Amino acid sequence: MTVLSGGLSPSGSLLFISEKDVSTISLYMQYIVNGLTLGAIYSLIALGYTMVYGILKFINFAHGDILMVGAFIGLLIYNALTGGEAAAPGAWTIIAFVIATLVSMVACGLLGMLIERIAYKPLRNANRLAPLLSAIGVSFILSNGAAWIFGTKSRRFPYPFENEPIHIGSITITPHQIVIVAVSVLMMILLASFVSRTRMGKAMRAASLDQPTSMLMGINVNKVISLTFALGSALAAVGGILASFDFRVYPSMGTMTGLKAFVAAVIGGIGNIQGAMLGGILLGILEAVGAPLLHIPNGMKDTVAFAVLIIVLLVKPDGILGKNEREKV
Amino acid sequence: MLNFFQLILIYAGIYAIMAIGQNCITGYTGMLSLCHAGFFCIGSYATAIMCKTFGLSFWLSLPVAAIATGLIGLLIGIPTLRLKGDYLCIATLGLGEIIRNIATNLNPVGYNSIPRASLFGYQFASRNKVAFIILIWAFVLIFYVLFQQLAHSRLGRAMIAVREDEVAAQSNGINVTKYKISSFVLGAAVGGIAGCLQTAYTLTVQPGSYTFMVSVMVLCTVVLGGMGNAKAVILGAFIIQLISYLPQLTGLTNVIPAQAKQIIYGLLLVVMMLCRPQGILGRDRFRYGDPRTRREKLHDFFIRPAGKAREARHENP
Repeated sequence: MTVLSGGLSPSGSLLFISEKDVSTISLYMQYIVNGLTLGAIYSLIALGYTMVYGILKFINFAHGDILMVGAFIGLLIYNALTGGEAAAPGAWTIIAFVIATLVSMVACGLLGMLIERIAYKPLRNANRLAPLLSAIGVSFILSNGAAWIFGTKSRRFPYPFENEPIHIGSITITPHQIVIVAVSVLMMILLASFVSRTRMGKAMRAASLDQPTSMLMGINVNKVISLTFALGSALAAVGGILASFDFRVYPSMGTMTGLKAFVAAVIGGIGNIQGAMLGGILLGILEAVGAPLLHIPNGMKDTVAFAVLIIVLLVKPDGILGKNEREKV
Repeated sequence: MLNFFQLILIYAGIYAIMAIGQNCITGYTGMLSLCHAGFFCIGSYATAIMCKTFGLSFWLSLPVAAIATGLIGLLIGIPTLRLKGDYLCIATLGLGEIIRNIATNLNPVGYNSIPRASLFGYQFASRNKVAFIILIWAFVLIFYVLFQQLAHSRLGRAMIAVREDEVAAQSNGINVTKYKISSFVLGAAVGGIAGCLQTAYTLTVQPGSYTFMVSVMVLCTVVLGGMGNAKAVILGAFIIQLISYLPQLTGLTNVIPAQAKQIIYGLLLVVMMLCRPQGILGRDRFRYGDPRTRREKLHDFFIRPAGKAREARHENP
């Protein structure tokens, strides 16, 4: 009994956990739930970065802006089909949401292929700096072009379903968070099975291992690269639409989200598809929990994300699941 | 109209100084760094704090800003410069964002009404643009001469060796890390001085003006002019600022959208990379080891661009 009483805090709960601690724990549980939602979006976007890096070994800086284009296309189609904010959530709004997402995926896939064809393909054998700078240029064109066409005002993406919060104990979960996680998981499963099961997926894996050899084996590497861009951009479109529930839709929305998704890809191990999924979830949770845990203002959460990036790069530059590749002379 | 030309001259000067710093990092040593906005920010803030809070004169705060930026460059350079290529680019990008984020959170409104700079009793007022043009271009000239000399010095030659081939440089007894860090610190300090001059001109400092966009503009300046060539970089700064003030210069402010300049920067980057990756003036090859005479160089530059392209491809690792 004396031993046990040693483990009791003055308020009577077990193992030094006071009521204040209980509320702190449930608060952190809430942060983790929010972080998971955010992380699911990061994972989706990170997949595009990681697939392109796996094959071409370059950072597609324009990926974040493709996400923004996807969100805009999705929003415009959804509003055209349902009449926007005024529409009451129902079966039709959900169907319209699915149609908008699919059209946006196709459009972004085509955009991704087009960008690759114009801005990156001619630079495939150039200095490594060249495609990177070209990508930064494309990113500028996309985000400022969107600002020109749509204006800089941020728009809300209306929820296509009833969004009444669900309370589980002291944690609040909204249906849109469930939708975000469910859609992301579905997309990741589809992508993973595509890459591991199909012939084209096999070709993608081969091209990322060794391009010249896979060419010799009769794989059309140009086609594989186009497909990689199309797939990555389509996933970014989904990520953009899901992100716009929380972040609204505006021309520069892709920059920060894209950068952080890239951080996620690096944390997981760039070039590694499972790594991108893991890294996204980890970064989302770290970002949600980091600022309150370190007692710094919430505005510093970007600093947390980038600090994590730099620490990961220093400690294990190949990421959590990445292979350690030594540079050879 | 004349007013805008003066503005262009002032900002071209500030960007030219920043770009000389970026050129030291990217052009000489070949490290793609994307945090010049961060250095610019530190320089501006250091000047603002020194002048306003501690009441130092502008001329005293100038070296303080340079040293502070250099020190922070050293501090972040030691761990990050071990990274290579793309990783370094992202790490520095992250650092730039961290610096801006911290500046925003420390003081969201920035500093206003910073005391003016004065020289021999003459007060540099923002109204009098000619004085600023002379002041800023004097600095451009100083840094141009310094960095031209640097390129031909032992330090500069070592940096260029690191850029050309790190392993070969190392096996020739060059301490790669040391030269990478020196180049980074030098570039950072120059960026800090540019920030200091900008503060002296605008007399306000706001965290919102040190975005990633600034880093990209500086990089664009270097790439546009030609990497590793100080003259080219100054030309690049002029072109970038001309584009930036294009709507005001042509009097078409109502017709040309505000985003036009960024779209043009983007197009410029893509087109430059596709057509002329070495920049307008190209890399003025370091004379050491380049047996071509000036005439041959000119011939290669204007008449035989294909040969140059082949050479550039050959250089790739």
